[in-house]
Amino acid sequence: MRRHILPGFGITLGFALFYLSLLVLLPLSALCAKSFGGSLEHFWNAVTDERVVASYKLSFGASFVAALINGMFGLLTAWVLSRYRFPGRRIIDALVDLPFALPTAVAGIALTALYAPNGLIGEFLGKFGVQAAFTPLGVLIALVFIGFPFVVRTLQPVIASLSADVEEAAACLGSTRWQTFRRVIFPAVLPALLTGIMLAFGRAVGEYGSIVFISGNLPFKTEITPLLIVAKLEQYDYHGAAAIGFVMVLASLAILLLVNALQWWSARRTGHAHS
Amino acid sequence: MVERAPHGTRAQLIMAGATQTLTLPRFAATRPATEESRAVQWLLIAIVLLFFAAFLLLPLAMVFVEAFRKGMRVYFETLRDPDTVAAIWLTLKTAAIAVPLNTTFGLAAAWAIARFQFPGKRLLTNLIDLPLWISPVIGGLIYVLLFGSQGWFGDWLIGHDIKIIFAQPGIVLATIFVTFPFVARGLIPLMQSQGQLEEEAALTLGASGWQVFRRVTLPKIKWGLIYGVILCNARAMGEFGAVSVVSGHVRGRTNTMPLHIEILYNDYAISAAFAVASVLSLLALMTLALKTITEWRAQRQFRRALH
Repeated sequence: MRRHILPGFGITLGFALFYLSLLVLLPLSALCAKSFGGSLEHFWNAVTDERVVASYKLSFGASFVAALINGMFGLLTAWVLSRYRFPGRRIIDALVDLPFALPTAVAGIALTALYAPNGLIGEFLGKFGVQAAFTPLGVLIALVFIGFPFVVRTLQPVIASLSADVEEAAACLGSTRWQTFRRVIFPAVLPALLTGIMLAFGRAVGEYGSIVFISGNLPFKTEITPLLIVAKLEQYDYHGAAAIGFVMVLASLAILLLVNALQWWSARRTGHAHS
Repeated sequence: MVERAPHGTRAQLIMAGATQTLTLPRFAATRPATEESRAVQWLLIAIVLLFFAAFLLLPLAMVFVEAFRKGMRVYFETLRDPDTVAAIWLTLKTAAIAVPLNTTFGLAAAWAIARFQFPGKRLLTNLIDLPLWISPVIGGLIYVLLFGSQGWFGDWLIGHDIKIIFAQPGIVLATIFVTFPFVARGLIPLMQSQGQLEEEAALTLGASGWQVFRRVTLPKIKWGLIYGVILCNARAMGEFGAVSVVSGHVRGRTNTMPLHIEILYNDYAISAAFAVASVLSLLALMTLALKTITEWRAQRQFRRALH
């Protein structure tokens, strides 16, 4: 371990820890305390209530499907943006981050206007008997929107760093382009792809703003878990809200751990030195 | 030797068929073996553009179409409405408090993490990221549990007649929580890659710690810092879930712009809701433009550090 030459270690770390404890750790410990503050039975009843379990299924299920869709289109988008040259490429590249930049409430009402039965795409889907808005499909659409940048942005640097010689070697050995993709390129980008999918999943599970408008919030059908927390708070059921919140935080921590593991694997596979 | 796939899916067969053109000398001259045929390229580009249209471009266009559906007069009347003006002010005020605080934190955390070795560094980095992973609704809930009337400090606050929840301080706190990591996580990898040789040289030349930071470090990380601040600001102005939980939704008093959109929308004032949304969309587009520029600059700083 090298000796500290630069000044300011104590004060910067001290301030960072103080600020983190005050604004993140203390409030989160209040959540833990409050969720078990009633009786254990009350906690258990709150988190296993039928309506709450239905919301877990929707939140986690739709997030999972949305993350997979984003994995597919994200890989395709990252590939097209890194490898092909076409007019408007730079604008498309910049617009990938739109879901990060656009406030979720704006995304919510815009997607609803578009996918509602009288909306531009909603009317088109209606001709095939498909209703998007105010059904689980609407939830899925909103989740695909907000999770989209994660896969693209995780994959782009990895695709850019692939060395051309392995692809050339594969071509020399007589493999078709598709074989090269499946057996050479795909295994190399797989860890980053999974990381991106996991990031999109993690974001989608907690999403609120873009969904509440398009989902219609029907109990047992289109109610997501974060919405139930808000509903409990509005009924002044603080223990119940904290209990469901606690379960969601545990899920977030599990996803965070998984992403860490995936990044470690990804760094090993691609030879990138991460800190 | 790479073996042929025994049975291909439809996509495989299309791809395999397309690559057969490789053997034709006419095409071999124009296309290296490590590229897909033009037909495949354009097919993939078309799929991506279609996806973009349905999920990103049309929703964005929809905001402006709906905002102006009832004409310019309704649009500007909405933006001049006192409740809208109050919401815009509260949003600006919230961002003006939250962003500088998180920027200060980000700089301090990045300095400690990127410049020094200490036990628990990895844990600290992960804890800083934590708010990004937690549902924004929980970002609001935790402050209700601390400062609400039923919360840990509820009685004390009521006794001293201080209102945090359902008031503006709560909105600021929730905003700080959800925008917490943005500056720090932009700076840490940048500063780690840059190293500290210049800083050490400045120190041996007799500069004070503060001078080293201002004259050496700050210029080095300028674009990375601006990048983080832009992202932090965009999220601060656009946050909905966390702020919604702590706001109490009092028009003209505790309504930020995103919350005002919800109220208008639920009142069936659709055009008005989209008018306010269009302002936030313009902000988002400006953020994207600035982000692209600073990203490019930050990458140059990053590359310079690597060489």
